[in-house]
Amino acid sequence: MLSIEHLTKMFGGLAAVNDVSVHFEANKINAIIGPNGAGKSTFFNLVSGMHQPTSGKILFDGVDITTMRCDHVAKLGVGRTFQTTNLFEQATVLDNLIVGHRLRTRSGLWDVLINSRRLQAEEKECRDKAREALDFVGLSHVENQFIADITQEERKRVAFALALATDPKMVLLDEPAAGVNPEETEGLAELMKKMVKNGLTVCLIEHKMDMIMGMADKIMVLDHGEKIAEGTPDEIKTNPVVIEAYLGSDEDAAA
Amino acid sequence: MLYKLGTLFLRPSTKYVLLALAIVFPLIAHNEYQVYVMATAFIWAIAVYGLNIITGYCGQLNLAHGGFFAIGSYALGLLTADYGWNFWPAFLAAILISAFLGFLVGAVSLRLKEHYFAIFTLCVGFIIYLLLDKWEELTHGPIGVRDIAAPHGFGLVDFTDTTPFYYLVLVFLVLAIWFMGKLSRSLMGRTFIAIRNGDELAESLGINLMRNKVLAFILSTTYAGLAGALYAGMIRFIGPEEANINHTFDIITYLLVGGIGTISGPLVGTLGIVWITQSLQFLEEYRMIIFGPLLVVLVIFFPRGIVGSFLTWMHRKTQEMGPAKKRKESKVTPSATREAENNA
Repeated sequence: MLSIEHLTKMFGGLAAVNDVSVHFEANKINAIIGPNGAGKSTFFNLVSGMHQPTSGKILFDGVDITTMRCDHVAKLGVGRTFQTTNLFEQATVLDNLIVGHRLRTRSGLWDVLINSRRLQAEEKECRDKAREALDFVGLSHVENQFIADITQEERKRVAFALALATDPKMVLLDEPAAGVNPEETEGLAELMKKMVKNGLTVCLIEHKMDMIMGMADKIMVLDHGEKIAEGTPDEIKTNPVVIEAYLGSDEDAAA
Repeated sequence: MLYKLGTLFLRPSTKYVLLALAIVFPLIAHNEYQVYVMATAFIWAIAVYGLNIITGYCGQLNLAHGGFFAIGSYALGLLTADYGWNFWPAFLAAILISAFLGFLVGAVSLRLKEHYFAIFTLCVGFIIYLLLDKWEELTHGPIGVRDIAAPHGFGLVDFTDTTPFYYLVLVFLVLAIWFMGKLSRSLMGRTFIAIRNGDELAESLGINLMRNKVLAFILSTTYAGLAGALYAGMIRFIGPEEANINHTFDIITYLLVGGIGTISGPLVGTLGIVWITQSLQFLEEYRMIIFGPLLVVLVIFFPRGIVGSFLTWMHRKTQEMGPAKKRKESKVTPSATREAENNA
């Protein structure tokens, strides 16, 4: 699904991501872990097209997306969420989600002027898609509430729904469970498993080890921009390099 | 009680009542001056709607807006006074010129983000002022442009009279609001709002940032040019002061007070402030002593302006009062629909 070859990103003299090669298989949960500043978010930014890599190659579904712009990558089927999602607080949840499917529509200014049939059809399509995504994440009951009035956990789910409304093949989730309690974390983990069951490929960055070890099919460990290990949770748990570089030395890892 | 009163404003029929009021206004006004003030307020309102597109919906603070208003004025003024064009072709040309210059400025300035964009456009606004003031061969410099043609009435109406011109402006205002309403509810409007929420998120949703921002910018300068051209047709004498930054700040104030990113906000803000200013004329410059603190209070306690705060309050009330209704389609409750219209 996603093949990375010798990916490097330099910020000035600093290699944020250094010669990383990895392959993520379709229909699996792939996790990226590593201490703060290891280059995890930069890695996501490179894959999603937000940053251009200094060297290396990114193949998504066999298509070279190395130098592709963010909106094109999204159209190819890469959805993503951020650590914080800024939404329109004084609008309803549903209203915030409708734009998610915009990338699959074609209506322009002219359609707005003449209120074309295409625009009407596409608006209905987007609304249906938003409802579908909302239903998927289990938030149909808050569709008419303002974003400002929903809980932190519900916000996380709305962010998921927004990414899902783009009809992605793969989703990149940046710390999806940050700032929610253990019970809610479990709920979000279930949701990610449900995504995979429905044919999606999940890539996530996460610090919550219990969650990762319990559900990931494959884990890649980054440290100082370099890949120091990859494998199944069991392999990672027993890998001495990981233990030394990460689990052993970093207090955060236990959290 | 207040809530019930509020629902009155949210009825779809309210806009027709307002339109009827605007139509009979010249008949019930005490004198021609009031009609004149109202017509001017309508023209400013059109410009405010323009700023609402780029700043209210798309989230890019454009400080050159007054400059584009002046470009519309000058295009119409120079084409009719110096080049002998008729009003209507010149009017159309003025709008197209504003749109085209909007495209040029937008394509360059929108590469910058946030404050840098605002500062850049502030400079663009000042450059427009300098060009109007110093490029004497074209613009007559500080003397300004005189003998601007009035709108041609085709022998039916005389637009040099205040009342016919008032109705002309009203027609354009209604068109401007109509389009704004359509735009804001459409996928296009939602795309702009997504950009306002954040560039990164919008991009990750597959939205082409540059194309949409430039489009919003062009739309806003088109509105500004339209307003400017109407203004020149009404006053029929213009000078470089049209491009003064104060006009831009006036427009921003109207937008903030009324409600940024709402459909009725620009109208409420513009009419409200223009008429308060009129009624405080006797205070002369001292009226700023009243305006200043009032504005500060408003921005602190009602950051979304009169209309935005009202809509939010109404929405919360609706949710509180009818929890059973929550799950239903938003179309069921008239207030929710209207709110969707305004917010979306």
